[in-house]
Amino acid sequence: MTAVFVTLVAVVAAVGFVAGRRGGKLDSIEEWGLAGRRFGTLITWFLIGGDAYTAYTLLAVPGLVYGAGANGFFAVVYVTLAYPLFYLVMPRLWEVAKRHGHVTLADFAQAHFSSAGLGKAVAFTGILATVPYIALQLVGIEVAIQALGYGNSSWPLWAAFGLLVVWDYASGLRAPASVAVIKDVMVFTVVIAAMAIIPQRLGGFAHILAAVPAKMLVLQPGQYFGFATLALGSALAILLYPHITTSVLSASSQRVVERNAVYLQAYNLVLGLIAALGFMALAAGVHAGSSNEAVPLLLTRMMPGWFAGFCLAAIAIGGLVPAAVMAIAAASLFTRNLLKGRGADAATAKRISLGLKLAALAFVLWGRPGFMINFQLLGGIWILQTLPAVLFGLMGWRVRAGVLIAGWAAGMATGTAMAWWQGMGSLFPVFGWNGYSGLWALAVNLAVVAGCGLPTAAGAASRTAGTAQAQPRLP
Amino acid sequence: MRWMLGVPFVALLWVPLYARVRPAWLGIPFFYWYVFGWVGVTAAINAVVYRKTFSGKGER
Repeated sequence: MTAVFVTLVAVVAAVGFVAGRRGGKLDSIEEWGLAGRRFGTLITWFLIGGDAYTAYTLLAVPGLVYGAGANGFFAVVYVTLAYPLFYLVMPRLWEVAKRHGHVTLADFAQAHFSSAGLGKAVAFTGILATVPYIALQLVGIEVAIQALGYGNSSWPLWAAFGLLVVWDYASGLRAPASVAVIKDVMVFTVVIAAMAIIPQRLGGFAHILAAVPAKMLVLQPGQYFGFATLALGSALAILLYPHITTSVLSASSQRVVERNAVYLQAYNLVLGLIAALGFMALAAGVHAGSSNEAVPLLLTRMMPGWFAGFCLAAIAIGGLVPAAVMAIAAASLFTRNLLKGRGADAATAKRISLGLKLAALAFVLWGRPGFMINFQLLGGIWILQTLPAVLFGLMGWRVRAGVLIAGWAAGMATGTAMAWWQGMGSLFPVFGWNGYSGLWALAVNLAVVAGCGLPTAAGAASRTAGTAQAQPRLP
Repeated sequence: MRWMLGVPFVALLWVPLYARVRPAWLGIPFFYWYVFGWVGVTAAINAVVYRKTFSGKGER
Protein backbone atom coordinates (compact mmCIF):
# COMPACT_ATOMS: atom_id res chain seq x y z
CA MET A 1 0.00 0.00 0.00
CA THR A 2 2.72 2.43 1.07
CA ALA A 3 4.96 1.51 -1.91
CA VAL A 4 2.20 2.34 -4.42
CA PHE A 5 1.45 5.58 -2.59
CA VAL A 6 5.07 6.71 -2.45
CA THR A 7 5.74 5.80 -6.10
CA LEU A 8 2.72 7.74 -7.37
CA VAL A 9 3.51 10.82 -5.30
CA ALA A 10 7.14 10.70 -6.47
CA VAL A 11 6.08 10.49 -10.14
CA VAL A 12 3.73 13.41 -9.70
CA ALA A 13 6.39 15.43 -7.88
CA ALA A 14 8.77 14.93 -10.81
CA VAL A 15 6.10 15.84 -13.39
CA GLY A 16 5.41 19.09 -11.54
CA PHE A 17 9.11 19.85 -11.33
CA VAL A 18 9.86 19.45 -15.05
CA ALA A 19 6.59 21.14 -16.15
CA GLY A 20 8.25 24.55 -15.90
CA ARG A 21 10.83 23.74 -18.58
CA ARG A 22 8.22 24.12 -21.29
CA GLY A 23 7.08 27.58 -22.34
CA GLY A 24 8.53 30.97 -21.52
CA LYS A 25 10.73 32.06 -18.63
CA LEU A 26 9.04 32.49 -15.28
CA ASP A 27 10.21 36.07 -14.70
CA SER A 28 6.85 37.80 -14.94
CA ILE A 29 3.79 37.12 -12.83
CA GLU A 30 1.84 36.47 -16.02
CA GLU A 31 4.16 33.57 -16.86
CA TRP A 32 4.57 32.29 -13.30
CA GLY A 33 1.00 32.78 -12.12
CA LEU A 34 -1.03 32.37 -15.32
CA ALA A 35 1.38 30.25 -17.40
CA GLY A 36 1.30 32.97 -20.05
CA ARG A 37 -2.48 32.50 -20.67
CA ARG A 38 -1.77 29.59 -22.99
CA PHE A 39 -3.94 26.70 -21.77
CA GLY A 40 -6.36 25.17 -24.29
CA THR A 41 -9.78 23.63 -23.67
CA LEU A 42 -8.52 20.27 -22.41
CA ILE A 43 -5.81 21.51 -20.03
CA THR A 44 -8.17 24.18 -18.70
CA TRP A 45 -10.77 21.48 -18.10
CA PHE A 46 -8.29 19.40 -16.13
CA LEU A 47 -6.92 22.42 -14.29
CA ILE A 48 -10.26 23.85 -13.15
CA GLY A 49 -11.51 20.36 -12.37
CA GLY A 50 -8.32 19.55 -10.49
CA ASP A 51 -8.45 22.85 -8.67
CA ALA A 52 -12.13 23.19 -7.75
CA TYR A 53 -12.66 19.60 -6.58
CA THR A 54 -10.07 19.58 -3.83
CA ALA A 55 -8.83 16.87 -1.45
CA TYR A 56 -10.99 18.49 1.14
CA THR A 57 -13.99 18.08 -1.20
CA LEU A 58 -13.14 14.41 -1.69
CA LEU A 59 -13.16 13.92 2.08
CA ALA A 60 -15.60 16.51 3.43
CA VAL A 61 -18.52 16.07 1.00
CA PRO A 62 -18.90 12.31 1.59
CA GLY A 63 -18.05 13.01 5.24
CA LEU A 64 -21.01 15.38 5.39
CA VAL A 65 -23.26 12.78 3.75
CA TYR A 66 -21.95 10.19 6.23
CA GLY A 67 -22.83 12.50 9.11
CA ALA A 68 -25.86 14.42 7.86
CA GLY A 69 -27.28 12.47 4.92
CA ALA A 70 -29.09 14.11 2.02
CA ASN A 71 -28.17 17.60 3.24
CA GLY A 72 -24.60 16.92 2.08
CA PHE A 73 -25.84 16.82 -1.50
CA PHE A 74 -26.16 20.61 -1.42
CA ALA A 75 -22.57 20.43 -2.67
CA VAL A 76 -23.67 18.71 -5.90
CA VAL A 77 -26.46 21.25 -6.38
CA TYR A 78 -24.17 24.22 -5.86
CA VAL A 79 -21.50 23.11 -8.31
CA THR A 80 -24.21 22.36 -10.88
CA LEU A 81 -25.53 25.91 -10.54
CA ALA A 82 -22.03 27.40 -10.49
CA TYR A 83 -21.41 26.69 -14.20
CA PRO A 84 -24.32 28.65 -15.72
CA LEU A 85 -23.07 31.59 -13.62
CA PHE A 86 -19.53 30.79 -14.74
CA TYR A 87 -20.73 30.93 -18.35
CA LEU A 88 -22.33 34.34 -17.83
CA VAL A 89 -19.40 36.09 -16.13
CA MET A 90 -16.11 34.31 -16.74
CA PRO A 91 -15.72 34.74 -20.53
CA ARG A 92 -16.31 38.45 -20.02
CA LEU A 93 -13.77 38.59 -17.21
CA TRP A 94 -11.24 36.67 -19.31
CA GLU A 95 -11.63 39.12 -22.18
CA VAL A 96 -11.27 42.26 -20.04
CA ALA A 97 -8.35 40.76 -18.13
CA LYS A 98 -6.57 39.80 -21.34
CA ARG A 99 -7.07 43.26 -22.82
CA HIS A 100 -5.72 45.07 -19.78
CA GLY A 101 -3.22 42.50 -18.55
CA HIS A 102 -5.11 41.80 -15.32
CA VAL A 103 -3.91 38.79 -13.37
CA THR A 104 -6.31 38.92 -10.40
CA LEU A 105 -9.92 39.92 -9.69
CA ALA A 106 -8.54 42.72 -7.54
CA ASP A 107 -6.63 44.06 -10.59
CA PHE A 108 -9.94 44.22 -12.41
CA ALA A 109 -11.87 45.88 -9.57
CA GLN A 110 -9.03 48.35 -8.99
CA ALA A 111 -8.84 49.36 -12.66
CA HIS A 112 -12.54 49.42 -13.40
CA PHE A 113 -13.46 51.57 -10.42
CA SER A 114 -10.16 53.49 -10.46
CA SER A 115 -9.64 52.73 -6.79
CA ALA A 116 -6.59 51.18 -5.18
CA GLY A 117 -8.60 50.93 -1.95
CA LEU A 118 -11.23 48.71 -3.56
CA GLY A 119 -8.50 46.59 -5.14
CA LYS A 120 -6.92 46.17 -1.72
CA ALA A 121 -10.27 45.20 -0.15
CA VAL A 122 -10.86 42.53 -2.81
CA ALA A 123 -7.26 41.26 -2.53
CA PHE A 124 -7.32 41.19 1.27
CA THR A 125 -10.58 39.23 1.27
CA GLY A 126 -9.26 36.75 -1.27
CA ILE A 127 -6.07 36.09 0.72
CA LEU A 128 -7.99 35.80 3.97
CA ALA A 129 -10.33 33.22 2.43
CA THR A 130 -7.57 31.28 0.69
CA VAL A 131 -4.95 30.67 3.40
CA PRO A 132 -7.26 28.48 5.56
CA TYR A 133 -8.32 26.72 2.34
CA ILE A 134 -4.65 25.82 1.69
CA ALA A 135 -4.46 24.62 5.29
CA LEU A 136 -7.45 22.34 4.70
CA GLN A 137 -5.68 20.77 1.72
CA LEU A 138 -2.73 19.99 3.98
CA VAL A 139 -5.17 18.42 6.44
CA GLY A 140 -6.60 16.29 3.61
CA ILE A 141 -3.10 15.09 2.74
CA GLU A 142 -2.49 14.34 6.41
CA VAL A 143 -5.72 12.31 6.65
CA ALA A 144 -4.70 10.28 3.58
CA ILE A 145 -1.26 9.53 5.02
CA GLN A 146 -2.70 8.64 8.42
CA ALA A 147 -4.97 6.12 6.70
CA LEU A 148 -1.81 4.44 5.40
CA GLY A 149 -1.09 3.71 9.04
CA TYR A 150 1.35 6.47 9.97
CA GLY A 151 -0.28 7.87 13.14
CA ASN A 152 0.04 11.43 14.29
CA SER A 153 3.32 12.84 13.13
CA SER A 154 3.89 16.11 11.34
CA TRP A 155 6.40 14.93 8.72
CA PRO A 156 3.75 14.40 5.97
CA LEU A 157 2.77 18.04 6.34
CA TRP A 158 6.37 19.20 6.02
CA ALA A 159 6.89 16.90 3.03
CA ALA A 160 3.80 18.27 1.27
CA PHE A 161 4.91 21.80 2.08
CA GLY A 162 8.40 21.16 0.70
CA LEU A 163 7.02 19.68 -2.49
CA LEU A 164 4.74 22.69 -3.02
CA VAL A 165 7.65 25.07 -2.53
CA VAL A 166 9.79 23.24 -5.10
CA TRP A 167 6.94 23.22 -7.66
CA ASP A 168 6.32 26.87 -7.06
CA TYR A 169 9.92 27.88 -7.73
CA ALA A 170 10.51 25.48 -10.62
CA SER A 171 7.27 25.74 -12.58
CA GLY A 172 4.70 28.21 -11.24
CA LEU A 173 1.18 27.42 -12.44
CA ARG A 174 2.47 24.88 -14.95
CA ALA A 175 3.18 22.39 -12.14
CA PRO A 176 -0.39 22.04 -10.87
CA ALA A 177 -1.72 22.19 -14.46
CA SER A 178 0.38 19.20 -15.51
CA VAL A 179 -0.27 17.29 -12.32
CA ALA A 180 -4.01 18.06 -12.50
CA VAL A 181 -4.26 15.75 -15.53
CA ILE A 182 -2.81 12.88 -13.49
CA LYS A 183 -4.85 13.78 -10.42
CA ASP A 184 -8.15 13.85 -12.27
CA VAL A 185 -7.49 10.57 -14.08
CA MET A 186 -6.61 8.99 -10.73
CA VAL A 187 -9.74 10.35 -9.04
CA PHE A 188 -11.93 9.10 -11.92
CA THR A 189 -10.27 5.67 -11.63
CA VAL A 190 -10.94 5.58 -7.89
CA VAL A 191 -14.59 6.55 -8.35
CA ILE A 192 -15.20 4.05 -11.16
CA ALA A 193 -13.52 1.25 -9.22
CA ALA A 194 -15.37 2.19 -6.03
CA MET A 195 -18.71 2.11 -7.87
CA ALA A 196 -17.86 -1.24 -9.45
CA ILE A 197 -16.69 -2.91 -6.26
CA ILE A 198 -18.22 -1.40 -3.12
CA PRO A 199 -22.00 -1.47 -3.89
CA GLN A 200 -21.65 -5.07 -5.00
CA ARG A 201 -19.88 -6.04 -1.79
CA LEU A 202 -22.53 -4.25 0.25
CA GLY A 203 -25.43 -5.92 -1.57
CA GLY A 204 -26.39 -3.21 -4.08
CA PHE A 205 -27.51 0.44 -3.89
CA ALA A 206 -30.98 -0.38 -2.60
CA HIS A 207 -29.42 -2.33 0.24
CA ILE A 208 -26.98 0.48 1.04
CA LEU A 209 -29.73 3.09 1.19
CA ALA A 210 -31.90 0.79 3.31
CA ALA A 211 -29.19 1.05 5.97
CA VAL A 212 -29.51 4.86 6.03
CA PRO A 213 -31.91 6.27 8.67
CA ALA A 214 -35.09 7.56 6.96
CA LYS A 215 -34.53 11.12 8.25
CA MET A 216 -31.11 11.25 6.59
CA LEU A 217 -32.20 9.74 3.30
CA VAL A 218 -34.20 12.75 2.18
CA LEU A 219 -34.33 16.41 3.23
CA GLN A 220 -36.75 17.35 6.00
CA PRO A 221 -38.98 20.43 5.48
CA GLY A 222 -37.03 22.40 8.11
CA GLN A 223 -33.88 21.97 6.00
CA TYR A 224 -35.25 23.23 2.67
CA PHE A 225 -34.42 26.90 3.02
CA GLY A 226 -30.96 26.27 4.45
CA PHE A 227 -30.22 23.80 1.65
CA ALA A 228 -31.31 26.19 -1.10
CA THR A 229 -29.54 29.27 0.30
CA LEU A 230 -26.34 27.34 0.98
CA ALA A 231 -26.42 26.00 -2.58
CA LEU A 232 -26.99 29.43 -4.14
CA GLY A 233 -24.52 31.22 -1.87
CA SER A 234 -21.81 28.62 -2.44
CA ALA A 235 -22.37 28.70 -6.22
CA LEU A 236 -21.77 32.46 -6.18
CA ALA A 237 -18.86 32.20 -3.75
CA ILE A 238 -16.83 29.59 -5.60
CA LEU A 239 -16.54 31.81 -8.68
CA LEU A 240 -15.03 34.57 -6.57
CA TYR A 241 -12.27 32.46 -5.01
CA PRO A 242 -8.81 33.50 -6.27
CA HIS A 243 -7.76 29.98 -7.30
CA ILE A 244 -10.73 29.71 -9.66
CA THR A 245 -10.02 33.11 -11.23
CA THR A 246 -6.39 32.14 -11.74
CA SER A 247 -7.38 28.94 -13.57
CA VAL A 248 -9.88 30.82 -15.74
CA LEU A 249 -7.48 33.60 -16.68
CA SER A 250 -4.79 31.10 -17.69
CA ALA A 251 -7.03 29.90 -20.55
CA SER A 252 -5.88 30.77 -24.06
CA SER A 253 -9.17 32.19 -25.36
CA GLN A 254 -12.68 33.22 -24.43
CA ARG A 255 -14.05 30.18 -26.21
CA VAL A 256 -11.99 27.86 -24.01
CA VAL A 257 -13.70 29.40 -20.98
CA GLU A 258 -17.18 29.17 -22.53
CA ARG A 259 -16.84 25.55 -23.59
CA ASN A 260 -15.61 24.57 -20.17
CA ALA A 261 -18.80 25.85 -18.55
CA VAL A 262 -20.46 22.94 -20.37
CA TYR A 263 -17.74 20.30 -20.15
CA LEU A 264 -16.93 20.87 -16.48
CA GLN A 265 -20.42 19.64 -15.52
CA ALA A 266 -19.00 16.13 -16.04
CA TYR A 267 -17.11 16.56 -12.78
CA ASN A 268 -20.39 17.07 -10.95
CA LEU A 269 -21.58 13.57 -11.79
CA VAL A 270 -18.30 12.33 -10.34
CA LEU A 271 -18.81 14.53 -7.26
CA GLY A 272 -22.31 13.06 -6.82
CA LEU A 273 -20.84 9.56 -6.83
CA ILE A 274 -18.13 10.65 -4.38
CA ALA A 275 -20.87 12.05 -2.11
CA ALA A 276 -22.62 8.67 -2.30
CA LEU A 277 -19.49 7.08 -0.76
CA GLY A 278 -20.70 8.65 2.51
CA PHE A 279 -23.80 6.43 2.44
CA MET A 280 -21.64 3.44 1.59
CA ALA A 281 -19.45 4.15 4.62
CA LEU A 282 -22.61 4.21 6.75
CA ALA A 283 -23.86 0.94 5.29
CA ALA A 284 -20.45 -0.69 5.70
CA GLY A 285 -20.56 0.18 9.38
CA VAL A 286 -17.44 2.36 9.26
CA HIS A 287 -16.87 4.13 12.57
CA ALA A 288 -15.00 7.31 11.77
CA GLY A 289 -13.64 9.45 14.60
CA SER A 290 -14.14 12.53 12.43
CA SER A 291 -16.39 12.48 9.38
CA ASN A 292 -13.38 13.30 7.13
CA GLU A 293 -12.00 9.86 7.85
CA ALA A 294 -15.09 8.01 6.61
CA VAL A 295 -13.92 7.67 3.00
CA PRO A 296 -10.30 6.65 3.68
CA LEU A 297 -11.56 4.05 6.17
CA LEU A 298 -14.13 2.76 3.67
CA LEU A 299 -11.55 2.52 0.88
CA THR A 300 -8.90 0.76 2.99
CA ARG A 301 -11.51 -1.71 4.20
CA MET A 302 -13.10 -2.47 0.82
CA MET A 303 -10.18 -2.33 -1.61
CA PRO A 304 -7.17 -4.60 -2.02
CA GLY A 305 -4.12 -3.12 -0.27
CA TRP A 306 -2.25 -1.87 -3.34
CA PHE A 307 -5.36 -0.19 -4.73
CA ALA A 308 -6.12 1.42 -1.38
CA GLY A 309 -2.63 2.94 -1.72
CA PHE A 310 -3.63 4.24 -5.16
CA CYS A 311 -6.85 5.74 -3.73
CA LEU A 312 -5.05 7.47 -0.87
CA ALA A 313 -2.43 8.81 -3.28
CA ALA A 314 -5.28 10.23 -5.40
CA ILE A 315 -6.58 12.06 -2.32
CA ALA A 316 -3.14 13.36 -1.37
CA ILE A 317 -2.38 14.54 -4.93
CA GLY A 318 -5.90 15.93 -4.95
CA GLY A 319 -4.74 18.20 -2.14
CA LEU A 320 -1.44 19.20 -3.72
CA VAL A 321 -2.94 20.54 -6.97
CA PRO A 322 -5.42 23.01 -5.43
CA ALA A 323 -2.97 23.99 -2.69
CA ALA A 324 -0.42 24.95 -5.36
CA VAL A 325 -2.94 26.99 -7.37
CA MET A 326 -4.32 28.65 -4.24
CA ALA A 327 -0.86 29.71 -3.07
CA ILE A 328 -0.07 31.14 -6.50
CA ALA A 329 -3.41 32.97 -6.67
CA ALA A 330 -3.10 34.43 -3.17
CA ALA A 331 0.52 35.43 -3.77
CA SER A 332 -0.47 37.18 -7.01
CA LEU A 333 -3.08 39.15 -5.09
CA PHE A 334 -0.60 40.06 -2.38
CA THR A 335 2.15 41.10 -4.77
CA ARG A 336 0.07 43.01 -7.29
CA ASN A 337 -2.63 44.51 -5.12
CA LEU A 338 -1.37 44.88 -1.56
CA LEU A 339 2.29 45.77 -2.09
CA LYS A 340 2.86 49.35 -3.03
CA GLY A 341 4.35 50.30 -6.33
CA ARG A 342 4.44 48.64 -9.73
CA GLY A 343 7.09 46.31 -11.03
CA ALA A 344 6.21 43.58 -8.55
CA ASP A 345 7.81 40.60 -10.21
CA ALA A 346 7.59 36.83 -10.03
CA ALA A 347 10.55 36.63 -7.64
CA THR A 348 8.61 38.66 -5.07
CA ALA A 349 5.48 36.61 -5.71
CA LYS A 350 7.37 33.37 -5.12
CA ARG A 351 8.61 34.60 -1.76
CA ILE A 352 5.10 35.73 -0.79
CA SER A 353 3.72 32.39 -1.91
CA LEU A 354 6.24 30.69 0.37
CA GLY A 355 5.16 32.91 3.26
CA LEU A 356 1.46 32.20 2.71
CA LYS A 357 2.11 28.46 2.58
CA LEU A 358 4.06 28.75 5.84
CA ALA A 359 1.08 30.53 7.35
CA ALA A 360 -1.19 27.69 6.21
CA LEU A 361 1.23 25.12 7.64
CA ALA A 362 1.32 27.00 10.95
CA PHE A 363 -2.49 26.95 10.95
CA VAL A 364 -2.44 23.15 10.71
CA LEU A 365 0.43 22.52 13.11
CA TRP A 366 -0.51 24.90 15.87
CA GLY A 367 -4.12 25.93 15.31
CA ARG A 368 -6.77 24.35 17.47
CA PRO A 369 -8.73 21.62 15.68
CA GLY A 370 -11.87 23.11 14.22
CA PHE A 371 -10.29 26.55 14.02
CA MET A 372 -9.44 26.09 10.35
CA ILE A 373 -12.82 24.72 9.46
CA ASN A 374 -14.44 27.74 11.13
CA PHE A 375 -12.08 30.00 9.26
CA GLN A 376 -12.92 28.24 6.01
CA LEU A 377 -16.63 28.74 6.70
CA LEU A 378 -15.99 32.43 7.32
CA GLY A 379 -13.89 32.52 4.14
CA GLY A 380 -16.94 31.59 2.07
CA ILE A 381 -19.01 34.29 3.74
CA TRP A 382 -16.25 36.87 3.27
CA ILE A 383 -15.46 36.11 -0.35
CA LEU A 384 -19.16 36.60 -1.20
CA GLN A 385 -18.83 40.21 -0.08
CA THR A 386 -16.60 40.92 -3.09
CA LEU A 387 -19.46 40.02 -5.44
CA PRO A 388 -20.87 43.55 -5.93
CA ALA A 389 -17.48 44.95 -6.98
CA VAL A 390 -16.90 42.14 -9.48
CA LEU A 391 -20.43 41.86 -10.83
CA PHE A 392 -21.12 45.59 -11.17
CA GLY A 393 -17.70 45.96 -12.77
CA LEU A 394 -18.44 43.29 -15.36
CA MET A 395 -21.87 44.80 -16.04
CA GLY A 396 -20.17 48.11 -16.70
CA TRP A 397 -22.20 49.86 -14.01
CA ARG A 398 -20.82 53.06 -12.60
CA VAL A 399 -20.77 52.86 -8.84
CA ARG A 400 -18.44 54.89 -6.67
CA ALA A 401 -15.66 52.76 -5.17
CA GLY A 402 -16.31 54.24 -1.73
CA VAL A 403 -19.88 52.96 -1.86
CA LEU A 404 -18.71 49.46 -2.79
CA ILE A 405 -16.15 49.51 0.02
CA ALA A 406 -18.87 50.58 2.49
CA GLY A 407 -21.10 47.70 1.33
CA TRP A 408 -18.17 45.29 1.55
CA ALA A 409 -17.37 46.38 5.11
CA ALA A 410 -21.02 46.09 6.16
CA GLY A 411 -21.27 42.61 4.61
CA MET A 412 -18.02 41.43 6.22
CA ALA A 413 -19.15 42.64 9.64
CA THR A 414 -22.67 41.22 9.31
CA GLY A 415 -21.54 37.82 8.05
CA THR A 416 -18.84 37.45 10.69
CA ALA A 417 -21.23 38.46 13.48
CA MET A 418 -23.91 36.04 12.26
CA ALA A 419 -21.49 33.10 12.09
CA TRP A 420 -20.07 34.01 15.50
CA TRP A 421 -23.53 34.34 17.02
CA GLN A 422 -24.45 30.86 15.82
CA GLY A 423 -21.29 29.31 17.28
CA MET A 424 -19.69 29.08 13.82
CA GLY A 425 -22.72 27.61 12.09
CA SER A 426 -23.35 28.48 8.46
CA LEU A 427 -27.08 29.18 8.88
CA PHE A 428 -28.69 32.16 10.61
CA PRO A 429 -32.42 32.62 11.18
CA VAL A 430 -33.88 35.92 9.96
CA PHE A 431 -37.61 36.25 10.78
CA GLY A 432 -37.78 32.48 11.12
CA TRP A 433 -36.02 31.83 7.78
CA ASN A 434 -32.94 29.78 8.58
CA GLY A 435 -30.66 30.68 5.67
CA TYR A 436 -26.97 30.89 4.75
CA SER A 437 -25.25 33.75 6.62
CA GLY A 438 -23.17 34.56 3.55
CA LEU A 439 -26.31 35.43 1.57
CA TRP A 440 -27.84 37.46 4.40
CA ALA A 441 -24.57 39.39 4.66
CA LEU A 442 -24.56 39.88 0.88
CA ALA A 443 -28.11 41.27 1.14
CA VAL A 444 -26.90 43.82 3.72
CA ASN A 445 -23.92 44.59 1.49
CA LEU A 446 -26.16 45.21 -1.55
CA ALA A 447 -28.63 47.25 0.55
CA VAL A 448 -25.80 49.54 1.63
CA VAL A 449 -24.58 49.86 -1.97
CA ALA A 450 -28.11 50.63 -3.18
CA GLY A 451 -28.80 52.98 -0.26
CA CYS A 452 -25.74 55.19 -0.63
CA GLY A 453 -24.95 54.38 -4.23
CA LEU A 454 -28.07 55.22 -6.19
CA PRO A 455 -28.35 58.90 -5.22
CA THR A 456 -24.76 59.49 -6.29
CA ALA A 457 -24.63 57.18 -9.31
CA ALA A 458 -25.33 59.93 -11.84
CA GLY A 459 -22.67 62.20 -10.38
CA ALA A 460 -20.13 59.41 -10.28
CA ALA A 461 -20.81 58.57 -13.91
CA SER A 462 -20.04 62.08 -15.07
CA ARG A 463 -16.91 62.24 -12.93
CA THR A 464 -15.39 59.00 -14.14
CA ALA A 465 -16.58 59.03 -17.72
CA GLY A 466 -13.25 60.34 -18.93
CA THR A 467 -11.03 57.61 -17.47
CA ALA A 468 -8.77 55.75 -19.81
CA GLN A 469 -10.17 52.33 -18.86
CA ALA A 470 -12.42 50.93 -21.56
CA GLN A 471 -15.79 50.06 -20.12
CA PRO A 472 -16.80 46.42 -20.41
CA ARG A 473 -20.46 45.77 -21.04
CA LEU A 474 -22.36 42.55 -21.25
CA PRO A 475 -23.30 41.86 -24.86
CA MET B 1 -31.43 32.64 -25.04
CA ARG B 2 -29.56 33.46 -21.85
CA TRP B 3 -32.79 33.36 -19.83
CA MET B 4 -32.71 29.58 -20.26
CA LEU B 5 -29.74 29.47 -17.89
CA GLY B 6 -32.16 30.54 -15.14
CA VAL B 7 -34.19 27.34 -15.47
CA PRO B 8 -31.79 25.13 -13.45
CA PHE B 9 -31.91 27.69 -10.63
CA VAL B 10 -35.69 27.42 -10.35
CA ALA B 11 -35.54 23.64 -10.66
CA LEU B 12 -32.84 23.12 -8.04
CA LEU B 13 -33.52 25.93 -5.56
CA TRP B 14 -37.24 25.13 -5.24
CA VAL B 15 -36.42 22.27 -2.89
CA PRO B 16 -39.99 21.06 -2.00
CA LEU B 17 -40.31 20.11 -5.66
CA TYR B 18 -37.90 17.22 -5.32
CA ALA B 19 -37.14 16.53 -1.64
CA ARG B 20 -39.11 13.28 -1.73
CA VAL B 21 -38.49 9.56 -1.63
CA ARG B 22 -41.14 8.52 -4.18
CA PRO B 23 -41.13 7.72 -7.01
CA ALA B 24 -38.05 5.65 -6.23
CA TRP B 25 -36.28 3.64 -8.92
CA LEU B 26 -33.88 0.75 -8.29
CA GLY B 27 -34.34 1.48 -4.59
CA ILE B 28 -32.90 4.99 -5.00
CA PRO B 29 -35.16 7.89 -3.90
CA PHE B 30 -36.41 10.44 -6.41
CA PHE B 31 -34.29 13.19 -4.75
CA TYR B 32 -31.05 11.62 -6.02
CA TRP B 33 -32.27 10.92 -9.55
CA TYR B 34 -33.48 14.51 -9.76
CA VAL B 35 -30.21 16.04 -8.56
CA PHE B 36 -28.10 13.84 -10.87
CA GLY B 37 -30.53 14.41 -13.74
CA TRP B 38 -30.21 18.18 -13.46
CA VAL B 39 -26.44 17.98 -13.78
CA GLY B 40 -27.02 16.61 -17.29
CA VAL B 41 -29.92 18.92 -18.13
CA THR B 42 -27.97 21.99 -16.99
CA ALA B 43 -25.05 20.99 -19.19
CA ALA B 44 -27.44 20.47 -22.13
CA ILE B 45 -29.12 23.85 -21.64
CA ASN B 46 -25.73 25.53 -21.38
CA ALA B 47 -24.56 23.78 -24.56
CA VAL B 48 -27.64 25.01 -26.45
CA VAL B 49 -27.09 28.58 -25.24
CA TYR B 50 -23.44 28.39 -26.29
CA ARG B 51 -24.35 27.11 -29.77
CA LYS B 52 -27.06 29.68 -30.35
CA THR B 53 -25.02 32.59 -29.06
CA PHE B 54 -21.96 31.90 -31.11
CA SER B 55 -23.21 30.31 -34.31
CA GLY B 56 -22.03 32.40 -37.21
CA LYS B 57 -19.51 34.39 -35.20
CA GLY B 58 -16.74 31.98 -36.02
CA GLU B 59 -13.64 31.15 -34.03
CA ARG B 60 -12.28 33.86 -31.83
